[in-house]
Amino acid sequence: MSDERTLDLLEAKIEELRSLNREDGIDLSGEIARLEKKLEGMRRELYSNLSDWERVRFARHPKRPYALDYIGAVFSDFYELHGDRIVGDDPALLTGLARLDDRPVVILGQQKGRSTEENQLRFFGMTRPHGYRKARRALLLAERFSFPVITLIDTPGAYPGVEAEELNVGCAIAENLLTMSALRTPIVSLVIGEGGSGGALAIGVADRVLMLENAIYSVISPEAAASIVWRDKERMKDAAVALNLTAPHLAELGLIDTVIDEPLGGAHRDFQATTENVRSELLRHVEELAELPVNELVAARYERYRNVGRFRTITDGD
Amino acid sequence: MSIFKEKRYVRVDVESKPEEGLWMKCKSCGDLLFKRRVKENNNICPNCGEYFFLTAMERVESLVDEGSFTDISKPIESNDPLMFVDSKPYSQRLDEAREATGLPDAIVVGRAQVEEIPIVLAVMDFRFIGGSMGSVMGEQICHGMETAVLDGVPFVLISSSGGARIQEGVFSLMQMAKTVTVRRRLADARLPFVSIMTYPTSGGVQASIASLGDVIIAERGTMIGFAGRRVIQSTLAKELPANYQTDAFALEHGGIDRVVNRDVLRGELAGVLSFFVGVKR
Repeated sequence: MSDERTLDLLEAKIEELRSLNREDGIDLSGEIARLEKKLEGMRRELYSNLSDWERVRFARHPKRPYALDYIGAVFSDFYELHGDRIVGDDPALLTGLARLDDRPVVILGQQKGRSTEENQLRFFGMTRPHGYRKARRALLLAERFSFPVITLIDTPGAYPGVEAEELNVGCAIAENLLTMSALRTPIVSLVIGEGGSGGALAIGVADRVLMLENAIYSVISPEAAASIVWRDKERMKDAAVALNLTAPHLAELGLIDTVIDEPLGGAHRDFQATTENVRSELLRHVEELAELPVNELVAARYERYRNVGRFRTITDGD
Repeated sequence: MSIFKEKRYVRVDVESKPEEGLWMKCKSCGDLLFKRRVKENNNICPNCGEYFFLTAMERVESLVDEGSFTDISKPIESNDPLMFVDSKPYSQRLDEAREATGLPDAIVVGRAQVEEIPIVLAVMDFRFIGGSMGSVMGEQICHGMETAVLDGVPFVLISSSGGARIQEGVFSLMQMAKTVTVRRRLADARLPFVSIMTYPTSGGVQASIASLGDVIIAERGTMIGFAGRRVIQSTLAKELPANYQTDAFALEHGGIDRVVNRDVLRGELAGVLSFFVGVKR
């Protein structure tokens, strides 16, 4: 996003003028006000009416808040639980206990790395089979004690590799879907960045599915769709449009429940405002779901997934 | 496999359409084969034993008692919910696939008997957009499982799919959750679910309903896995083991129960189903 860099430069310039204003006592307030107005205009121009592809870029933005950022800002007392008890621990999917207000909850969160070293550890947020199996462990723990489950989705997809296939990642995903489909405690899923296909859905079967405004959720990455169905890697922008992978599109299609607003310029531009929005939406949904008798909750989840999909009856004319 | 009764396959009626060519070349041994002969041999090369694709109806005929099959598929088809256009419109792809297969989508559901054991089965057809799972396939699989529960009979799924159907976006992705959600009804009713994986069983189908059989049987020569070979090679840029994602690989790593030759699949299915006949419900 080269235009975003221009914004950053302008912001830095204003900051520089401000400090001159303070330190040297030169009155630059007129100039500062002029530049701020210009900045505001540029922001509005750049960030209103984002294209679908621009939202993809936002969802993957290197400065975008990750699961641990939300875990730290929205919840308290996060107590991480490690390991699937069989193969190992997967740092690309974190599980643990925490409090939302005063209510104990179980969190599942897919975590990308900020630095190269951290990404080597976290595989760029691509979950491995033992990550999904650790998640299942945490889900069953939540059910046992009737703790609501909050899942934070942010993955390009399940980790594709020989080891993952040896450990049958497909089956690990399938078993999570099965477990979540009838778990006897509320589940709220929030897509904070990338909802990459089955690797995301594996922690995304829920009573409420929320998405941040600039998050994406897709059956396949736009790049892979471009190379498979267009047979042209360069067509990813067209694929992004055709896939209807943005939060506003998915809400319109009835596939998600709520779009959580992000500040102009994205979640990372004003993380505190983002945090407030996320906290209030999570609280609202968890409180509503906690009111329901568990049989009703599970029956409603059953109906939700039993009825998902669109088709038409074949008429004789066809 | 001597514990199972040996049965011969159902002979398939082959209309002679000389204009389509009577001969085909085996992609494996290169032998020139008389098509009718291949079809009568369960689409197995009589020379080298290579398996060719079975259409959904050919699969049904090779697996169930002659004349026992009733198609109970719901009369539904895709309504192209995203009005998806890639190199060509999805609606056109659907029309072409319908034309080529005579099917409304990539799956057929029916009641049948396997050596006199009544079942409900759902069979995918790879010719229809790679056997991909969109809203129609998800609904048909659920319909099959629900009918099995109503009838109080086992459910058998024969997969042949590249995964979720790209052109229906997240609607396709959600069919993974949908089919798995309804799968629980079979368990609640104490009815067995036999998942048969045939070439290929991959992506969203492998990562959902196909992996949740009480018993999972793979036809010899199938490919089983989540992420396609090309995806893995381009992500990791390294060579993959020769047996990668083969039936032997899945068996060795504990992903499936058995690998079975096509010509004894029917006896195998009857044999395993027989254990569940008379289970108290």
